Amino acid sequence: MSEHIVYPRVYIGIFLVLLVGTVITVLAAFQDFPGPLNAIVALTIATVKATFVVLYFMHVRYSGRLIWLVIAAALFWMGIMFALTLSDYSSRDWLPITTS
Amino acid sequence: MAEGLATTEHEPHAHPALQHHFENMEQQREAGTLGMWVFLVTEIMFFGGMFLAYTLYRYKYPDAFAVASNHLDWKLGGVNTLVLIVSSFTMAMAVFSTQIGKRRNTIIFLVLTLVLGLAFLGIKAVEWNTKYHDHLIPGQLIPGNPFNPAVAQHGDTDPHKFHLPEGVSVRHVEMFYWIYFIMTGMHALHMIIGAGILIVILIMAWRGKFSPEYHAPVEIFGLYWHFVDIIWIFLFPLLYLLGRHLEGH
Repeated sequence: MSEHIVYPRVYIGIFLVLLVGTVITVLAAFQDFPGPLNAIVALTIATVKATFVVLYFMHVRYSGRLIWLVIAAALFWMGIMFALTLSDYSSRDWLPITTS
Repeated sequence: MAEGLATTEHEPHAHPALQHHFENMEQQREAGTLGMWVFLVTEIMFFGGMFLAYTLYRYKYPDAFAVASNHLDWKLGGVNTLVLIVSSFTMAMAVFSTQIGKRRNTIIFLVLTLVLGLAFLGIKAVEWNTKYHDHLIPGQLIPGNPFNPAVAQHGDTDPHKFHLPEGVSVRHVEMFYWIYFIMTGMHALHMIIGAGILIVILIMAWRGKFSPEYHAPVEIFGLYWHFVDIIWIFLFPLLYLLGRHLEGH
């Protein structure tokens, strides 16, 4: 058996990280940060929480390269979807529409 | 019948759960895990499309989204976040218990996970019911949207009414609620399916099907359960908290 067993103390540690992350998310949401910083802070915390879940609860840290590749491919394709769509929408009113 | 095949094609002492098309238990487990991850990739694409729709509309109508979001109950959303985090923890502990062959602990942790999953759905149902009574179901079918001044004119003193700031269209508020109901609805559907599979896993655990050599169903179901938790980790701040810092203005 080459299967890796993750012990409860690791799970408890991750659980505490997720709890603290949730509390910080709520506290940060009520602070008025300048510009788009509120959204950036919220998404950063959520991404950190999700990363801990994937690496430890979902055992990816101890998984083979094939699993890493599958996850990386998913994130890469989602990145393409967001990047191309947002580049379209955000640049639509850069140039005036000329009607003849 | 699969057992018969297994014993003819494998060593006589091969594990009864080993399917005939796999060399050994390790290969079978890894193939199953990879299969689940490929499925989760399609799920990332599925939810990704909805997150993209959310991003675009929030980018277009930030004020309407903030007003609409502040109408949600962030405390219930926060409690549900904690419920899901605890359920992910109990699910991870269920996987650990089956890995070391503790049948009783496996069953206890699976039951806890199921109870927490159902608690999440219960709280969600309460929230949706409130939205229904507040006339916040999008579409023309349910009249009386509280953000609509035309509705609030009939001698209504509800403080929620007339709260639409200058330049915010009720249509864009409605768009937020479309996205809210579709995203939380799809998430809840995943929870319901998850609870159903969890019951099957629980019965298998009860009948003593799992052992340190064979527990792939528990582990692979765990991947699904944690994935659904991750979706909620993003939904909670994006839907419930996006405009809280503007509330005092």
